[in-house]
Amino acid sequence: MQTDPNPKKSKDSPSNSANTESTQLPSPFPDEVLEKVLSFLNSDKDRSSVSLVCKDWYNAERWTRTKLFIGNCYSVSPEIVARRFSKIKSVTLKGKPRFSDFNLVPQNWGADVHYWLTMFANVYPFLEELRLKRMTVSDESLELLATAFPGFRALSLMSCDGFSTDGLKAIATHCRNLTELDIQDTDIDDFSGGWLSCFPENFGSLEVLNFASLDSEVNFDALERLVSRCKSLRVLKVNKSITLDQLQRLLLRAPQLMELGTGSFQEDLLPGQIGDLGNAFGNCKNLQTLSGLWEVTSIYLPVLYAACASLTFLNLSYAALRSVEFGNLLAHCPNLRRLWVLDTVEDKGLEAVGSSCPLLEELRVFPADPYDQHLHRGVTESGFVAVSRGCSKLHYVLYFCWQMTNAAVATIVQNCPNFTHFRLCIMNPGRPDYLTNEPMDEAFGAVVKTCTKLQRLSVSGLLTDLTFEYIGKYAKNLETLSVAFAGSSDRAMQFVLEGCPKLRKLEIRDCPFGNAALLSGLEKYETMRSLWMSSCNVTINACRRLAREMPRLNVEVMKDKESDDSQADKVYVYRSVAGPRKDAPPFVLTL
Amino acid sequence: MSPPLLGVEGGGRGNAPLMSSSVSVDCISQSGSGLKERNYLGLSDCSSVGSSAVSNVSGENKNNLNLNATELRLGLPGSRSPERDSDFNLLTSGKLDEKQLFPLLPSMDGICSLSQKSIVSGNKRGFSDTVDGFSEIKNSVFTDGKWMFNATGSDSGTPQSVVEAKLAGNAGINVMLSNNSSGTQPSMKKEVPTRAPQEGHNKLNGSNNNSSAPAAKAQVVGWPPIRSFRKNTLATTSKNNDEVDGKPGPGALFVKVSMDGAPYLRKVDLRTYSTYQELSSALEKMFMCFTIRQCGSQEAPGREMLGENKFKDLLHGSDYVLTFEDKDGDWMLVGDVPWEMFIESCKRLKIMKGSDAIGLAPRAMEKSKNQS
Repeated sequence: MQTDPNPKKSKDSPSNSANTESTQLPSPFPDEVLEKVLSFLNSDKDRSSVSLVCKDWYNAERWTRTKLFIGNCYSVSPEIVARRFSKIKSVTLKGKPRFSDFNLVPQNWGADVHYWLTMFANVYPFLEELRLKRMTVSDESLELLATAFPGFRALSLMSCDGFSTDGLKAIATHCRNLTELDIQDTDIDDFSGGWLSCFPENFGSLEVLNFASLDSEVNFDALERLVSRCKSLRVLKVNKSITLDQLQRLLLRAPQLMELGTGSFQEDLLPGQIGDLGNAFGNCKNLQTLSGLWEVTSIYLPVLYAACASLTFLNLSYAALRSVEFGNLLAHCPNLRRLWVLDTVEDKGLEAVGSSCPLLEELRVFPADPYDQHLHRGVTESGFVAVSRGCSKLHYVLYFCWQMTNAAVATIVQNCPNFTHFRLCIMNPGRPDYLTNEPMDEAFGAVVKTCTKLQRLSVSGLLTDLTFEYIGKYAKNLETLSVAFAGSSDRAMQFVLEGCPKLRKLEIRDCPFGNAALLSGLEKYETMRSLWMSSCNVTINACRRLAREMPRLNVEVMKDKESDDSQADKVYVYRSVAGPRKDAPPFVLTL
Repeated sequence: MSPPLLGVEGGGRGNAPLMSSSVSVDCISQSGSGLKERNYLGLSDCSSVGSSAVSNVSGENKNNLNLNATELRLGLPGSRSPERDSDFNLLTSGKLDEKQLFPLLPSMDGICSLSQKSIVSGNKRGFSDTVDGFSEIKNSVFTDGKWMFNATGSDSGTPQSVVEAKLAGNAGINVMLSNNSSGTQPSMKKEVPTRAPQEGHNKLNGSNNNSSAPAAKAQVVGWPPIRSFRKNTLATTSKNNDEVDGKPGPGALFVKVSMDGAPYLRKVDLRTYSTYQELSSALEKMFMCFTIRQCGSQEAPGREMLGENKFKDLLHGSDYVLTFEDKDGDWMLVGDVPWEMFIESCKRLKIMKGSDAIGLAPRAMEKSKNQS
């Protein structure tokens, strides 16, 4: 929506909207009071609602907003943002569609942050925080960030690409007030670990340092000194190059840590060294999160025990543990709320979860061998059921398995009716209930019928249109739906588009949904953030028609090289007030 | 409207083969013995109901090269010489008594590792060209002599064969056999993908068929939905784990690495490397702080470079050489034998001073001759 910068009302006169409809009543508050009140609002949703009340409130809100959240960087333009808000200190920007995580989006698709940064440098020079997800960030952008914003404090890059360790050097060198440097799930050019040595010797403000996803070895002495200087350091996640010996020394320097990501455990330590390491862990009384643990073996797990009492989040998703040693570890972690594991712990391990972790709220089970070279080991439906029996507070699950039954899922949701996030991935596409050979429709039917608070759902297995009929009918709070290799006809997608009032993100791949399905959601798409459809049955002409009828939607098509000219292989539809994007690469057709 | 999963002839879309490409194998492979093209997805027996275990065996092969396997044996899918069983650890999950497969083609292992590496690390490229990637691998296989077992000097008279398996990256196994000596076959026949559309179509229409099991083996881009970073890390982690409990799983091959003068040992998993070069770089990184480099080479006089052995080049100019202790307890220079044989026989590694290593070379050469 266009903004019209109204001059602020004077202090003493009651708010008198000069350019509004005659029916508007004078506000009882001077602007300053309204603004003061609104400045306490932090939630974006609340602020959005506030801005819709009336023009005065809209203005008061925009003058007081300091945190900007943009869920799709193409839904709005930097210019529009600059016109509306003047006091932004913190920005969160998300770029590519989520399926880019799985290589479904080609390189150079877009979502480059640079243009945003140049605008921020002009309009928000006091910017302090930048959080990016699935954006392309160049070294040049990082240099700009480091030099144009003197008060810059926090940088978080999740699943971003496009930069190298050279860019990190710039950040370390120039950001004198940096409190947070958090790099996650990032695949970048890691030339060397020298960036860490670029923090000046008198620099000591870091509170969060996460470089776990980088490969290169950093200068350990520099790291150790840095950790010693940063007295407020509460999150430290190192990379694999850090040895156990080095870890022990870091822990001695930073016993106040609340979140720790270890380096690699692949090493032969002498018994004395193992004892020292155990003591170092024991020194960390405030540890709430533990991750890393690459290549940890049963010999080393006991060194962790002393630090486990206060743990609420244990991330073992890079540690291929077996059930027994895993069970032993869990016995020391009674306060776990979140647990991420590999399926090497198998069902037996999950039984231990059910019995040892009564407070568990979130469980993620990742496959150690997603391409199934070791013949369907891992977890089955029994493990999931076992967890649900013991962990009644469970509300977030991500579960990768090779087999599932309708009955098991029904039992699970009966035990845990409070699911908000239910992501089940049966890794064989289109696999039916392995006991009854029926489709998995009833499983997901049970989920949506029982879990009324469900916000996010990922379905898998052999599914007919019935699943989607259930979803449309029952999933009234559903916001995100991911569908792959499922459904029988267009009706499936139509059920969802017609039925789920709160749907924001719909991502579909390899389903038999065609033009009728796509075009059944015209107005719906404007209420959603985005729609992704790939490898379905949609034609470019249908996409053109969608674009024609809904001018406030951006409709983008990407074609695979070898397919039929009329096929729209990948379709990405999203609402935008900024019009079609101007930076689309040649392989993206904007209609 | 026809499904988009059409003819993946000659490099179709990555998504096209969908899930059930491997089902097609049922129809293809029964062509009798001899060095014909076969599709070794192990689903030759159409009655293998929903048993996804069946199709995974080629993955086993990857990790189970041993010297026996250098002998080429062929037979109909389903007939397998008994002594192969133990070699291939197929029974770990106890499900595999079903029809298998895979008259084991030794060179598959090396190639599987190679292809896995290149796929797993090729994420940037995107899996959208899985079938194109196939050709890339093929090219690298044919040009990189290491994979071809010529070096093993197998003189048994059996025809040399190069088997290409495109594997790990996309859970897809296309195995093709091309017979060099008879020259009967052109290299690549993408049999599997071409069958995909029919099966895929059926699947999409929700008809329940037994193809659900083999479905997983299809080359599906971005499936299962796991982030690249995690995939790459897991590729190493899962291999490491197999050895943890003392079970020599098909995955890992840990050996201790010691270095003269270093205060502690390191351990490496030889399976995470596919060439001497990779191993050397990794060891260099690990022991960098202890390496004293000298200018000028210190090569022992009279030592010949064997085969395509770039390994010694890497330590050229340094005072240290890498040696290994083999199954017989003998210490030999690393780099003298083909990689696959090396990892099978290597028990320990040691980085020694060049001066201590003189005299090791001849024994290595002798040994490799005896082993062929």
